[in-house]
Amino acid sequence: MPHTLTISQLTDKLAQGELTSRDATQACLDRIAAVDGQLNAFLSHDPDDALAQADAADAARAAGEIKPLLGVPIAMKDVIAVNGHPLNCASKILGDFNSPYDATVTQKLCEAGAVIFGRVNMDEFAMGSSTENSAFGPSRNPWDTGRIPGGSSGGSAVAVVADECIASIGSDTGGSIRQPAALCGCVGLKPTYGRVSRYGLVAFASSLDQIGPLTKDVRDAAIMLGVIAGEDQRDSTNVPEPVPDYTAALTGDIKGLKIGLPKEYQVDGLDPEVKAATDAAVAELEKQGADVKEISLPHTEYAIATYYIIATAEASANLARFEGVRYGARVDGASPEAMNRATRGAGFGEEVKRRIILGTYVLSSGYYDAYYLRAQKARTLIRQDFLNAFKEVDLIASPTTPTPAFKIGEKSGDPLQMYLSDIFTISCNLAGLCGISVPCGFSKEGLPLGLQLLGKAFGEPDLLRAAHAYEQATDWHTKRPQLA
Amino acid sequence: MEYEAVIGLETHVQLRTRTKMWCGCVNEYGAEANTNVCPVCLGLPGVLPVPNAEALRKTALTGMLLNCNVPSYAKWDRKNYFYPDNPKNYQLTQLDFPSTIEGFVEFEFGDGTERVRINRAHLEEDVGKSTHFADHSGVDFNRAGVPLLEIVTEPDLTGADMAYEYLNALKAILEYGGVSDCDMEKGQVRCDVNISVRPIGQTKLGEKIEIKNMNSFSGVRRAATYEIERQIGVLREGGTLIQETRRWDDAVGVTESMRTKEDAHDYRYFPDPDLMPHTPSEEWLAEIRASVMELPLARKQRLIADYHLPASDAEVFVGDAALGDYFEVAAKGAKNPKAVANWVMNNLQAKLTETGGSVADLNFEASAIGELVGLVEGGQISSKIAQDVFVEMFESGKSPTTIVEEKGLSQVSDSGELEAFCNEAIEANPGPAEDFRNGKEAALNFLKGQVMKASRGKANPQMVGELLKKILGS
Amino acid sequence: MREDLQHAVKLARIELTPEEEARLGSQLGDILKYVDKLNELNVEGVEPTAHAVPLTNVLREDKPRESLSHEAALRNAPKTANGLFIVPKIVE
Repeated sequence: MPHTLTISQLTDKLAQGELTSRDATQACLDRIAAVDGQLNAFLSHDPDDALAQADAADAARAAGEIKPLLGVPIAMKDVIAVNGHPLNCASKILGDFNSPYDATVTQKLCEAGAVIFGRVNMDEFAMGSSTENSAFGPSRNPWDTGRIPGGSSGGSAVAVVADECIASIGSDTGGSIRQPAALCGCVGLKPTYGRVSRYGLVAFASSLDQIGPLTKDVRDAAIMLGVIAGEDQRDSTNVPEPVPDYTAALTGDIKGLKIGLPKEYQVDGLDPEVKAATDAAVAELEKQGADVKEISLPHTEYAIATYYIIATAEASANLARFEGVRYGARVDGASPEAMNRATRGAGFGEEVKRRIILGTYVLSSGYYDAYYLRAQKARTLIRQDFLNAFKEVDLIASPTTPTPAFKIGEKSGDPLQMYLSDIFTISCNLAGLCGISVPCGFSKEGLPLGLQLLGKAFGEPDLLRAAHAYEQATDWHTKRPQLA
Repeated sequence: MEYEAVIGLETHVQLRTRTKMWCGCVNEYGAEANTNVCPVCLGLPGVLPVPNAEALRKTALTGMLLNCNVPSYAKWDRKNYFYPDNPKNYQLTQLDFPSTIEGFVEFEFGDGTERVRINRAHLEEDVGKSTHFADHSGVDFNRAGVPLLEIVTEPDLTGADMAYEYLNALKAILEYGGVSDCDMEKGQVRCDVNISVRPIGQTKLGEKIEIKNMNSFSGVRRAATYEIERQIGVLREGGTLIQETRRWDDAVGVTESMRTKEDAHDYRYFPDPDLMPHTPSEEWLAEIRASVMELPLARKQRLIADYHLPASDAEVFVGDAALGDYFEVAAKGAKNPKAVANWVMNNLQAKLTETGGSVADLNFEASAIGELVGLVEGGQISSKIAQDVFVEMFESGKSPTTIVEEKGLSQVSDSGELEAFCNEAIEANPGPAEDFRNGKEAALNFLKGQVMKASRGKANPQMVGELLKKILGS
Repeated sequence: MREDLQHAVKLARIELTPEEEARLGSQLGDILKYVDKLNELNVEGVEPTAHAVPLTNVLREDKPRESLSHEAALRNAPKTANGLFIVPKIVE
């Protein structure tokens, strides 16, 4: 069953000639046809184009080409530019926008031989934690289709776990890769800020966004990171740090690795099953030789407030370009101003409106110092917490989310409640660090639970090493949902 | 009650770079609409800016030309406002840490020199161009993203004429430095004029009224003249002025209040997260400093002082830098630099215009002109003969001394020889000789001309004149 | 919706229905009350973080790069004429 393979399994079989890329791609397309009706992971996909790419990959391989993702079908979150393909950010406001350029990440995946197909669902403009904010309907958790898959990269997580693709590319601003990965039961990696180029990623919060992979196992995440990481002249925030061989870090040996458990993460809303699963995972790491100790991140309780001021402020400016002048679904008006108001009123969903208004407010005259400037200072304090912690430990461990996936509609009436569930993932983006979520169990109701590990800036090798060592000692990552 | 005007100018200048500020689209005027655009300058979803190194270089250079400080830390900010020609609906600019600060411009005004302080010259991006039709407008984004230098004065200008001269001086400096072509036809220089008036003696400034987007200096002068009078008029009649933006209607000759938009200008500035700060190094600054050239006013003053030239000559050489450079080489060590200047400005310039060439095309050294002038001053050749020698220099590239020798053009100044010529001329022309003796001065010139002809122009004309007078007088 | 939020809505150029205005007004009120939490912090002497990475002097050589074709540039435009992006009449 080609669509159930991981990247490394598939590339092996492709190399051995046991499978063709066409086989694998066709299998994914068949799977989508069979199950996506109930899951709504895919916003669009072009089977002919996908198979053409697959055939081209097969021909290239026959000609002797060797590339890390040659012929591997990868689904892209609808927030990344692919030349000649629609780009909507799961919003109505972009209308029938068709991108005339490739994101750097897209180019890199192409150069690595990937079959780039399909746009997968997300919270509109990456604003949300449940994919309920998509203008095209929520995606559904494959383990219980009455529940959310998480967000904003919900479609990516669903597609991976339901074997509708071999791997997926998502984006993470406050946990949007890690949280859906945890709630759906796959691996989600947020690289260090500046590790992966943002050119071609539709910006939500410029100082927090990063592109990263959602995959079936840690090895796949290491492979993907190796392809998408690296220098880019088109992104001033990109750090020209050399890209190591991330798969070489997967030694299985974590003896002496120091892991910290933040005492401030023992929050009231923490589901006991989540706590138990995380504790067990940490115990496993300890068994393998890691040193575990308690650490303190004193400013944890301020992270969500800090995030929602900075992220919304940046977003309010980043989304100003969506007003119907140069692209998108214009709603006419008597003046440019009237046209802008009507276009944005009709085209943006409510969560997006909420955040733009909030972001505009915190930047506006008279409020800038009290909100935005103060939040930037709070951010410094939060970063300092992590810098201090990483003097004592190499990695930080915690649950990825406080609870398993909740029901669709359960929290959508209370935005603040939704924001508060980001507590474990959000600081990582404020501090610019790397983080990963790996499956670490299931709730009594059969819902996936995720373990989060956070690493220092450009500390992906240690991060992947520990995640991989834990993963290989368990079989959580091999479990798949039963889909009719 | 007498009033005085206080004026500040904000001048936006397009920098001369090959490409735009944040992307690799060409920075070029006149292309067909929307052909020099890319995802970045169109503000498509997902794009990012990367600063043009040459724009930063030219900004630092401008700072140096304007006697500014170039601080060790500069950053970028977003200025947020909606407008159809603004592709991102925020403009990238520099708010509190601009690239250059605190300088001045000196220029001649009235009887002396004025100094206007520069508050800052900062870098930002230009926006697209709108064209207005009957019931819609069209936008061309070719200009969007072109690097724009905003030069802001302190309110040191005191009148319309002074503002006009300041702008001319600024333009000359920027052109001199190769920073901008300052082509007003192409909209490369635009001005916002801030004017207030107050009773003479009052230190508190009056309400500041802004006239935006002026694109001609004479327009600025006309608008400022009108506006100052208008403001004084309002106050004299007991009215009050409010801070506002007005538009200058050049056809009618008045400023009009612009409909103030609601929520006027809450730009919600914040540091741009996509762009990293600029911390110019000493090496980078030193390299730019080395390319700073003498400013027009300073050059003019130096030419007058060092070469004893009249102001009008100095202005010619300042206006044409290449000619000025040439002059300075030619005049090196000259006893009579003014004579050298005349040759360069008149004879050389005329020949160059005729042939359509430039000083770079000449096939003789600049020092040759100095040499030629020396031959005339020393009496070896007459100034008339020098003209012929010059033509020969121009064609053959030979040195003047060589030409004079080869062609035997040395002036005859031996009194014996000259007396012989004079006597011959007098004998051959008794009529004119008699006329002169009878008081007709003009007849002397005729006889002089005969001597010059007989001597094939080599006779020393001054001596000939004296000798003829002596002979005829006796 | 309170006046200061209404002002933000105007600046943000988003048309809201009366129901949206009421709902968002209430939710944003709650959120603002929550973020007021930051006032508990002593931020004296703390430098603001404007960038996630401490890079400086990231510049680009002044060399031309291929632009979009005219067709590609206008491809997604809601309204064009004579090669221009058309918008409702701009009145100063």
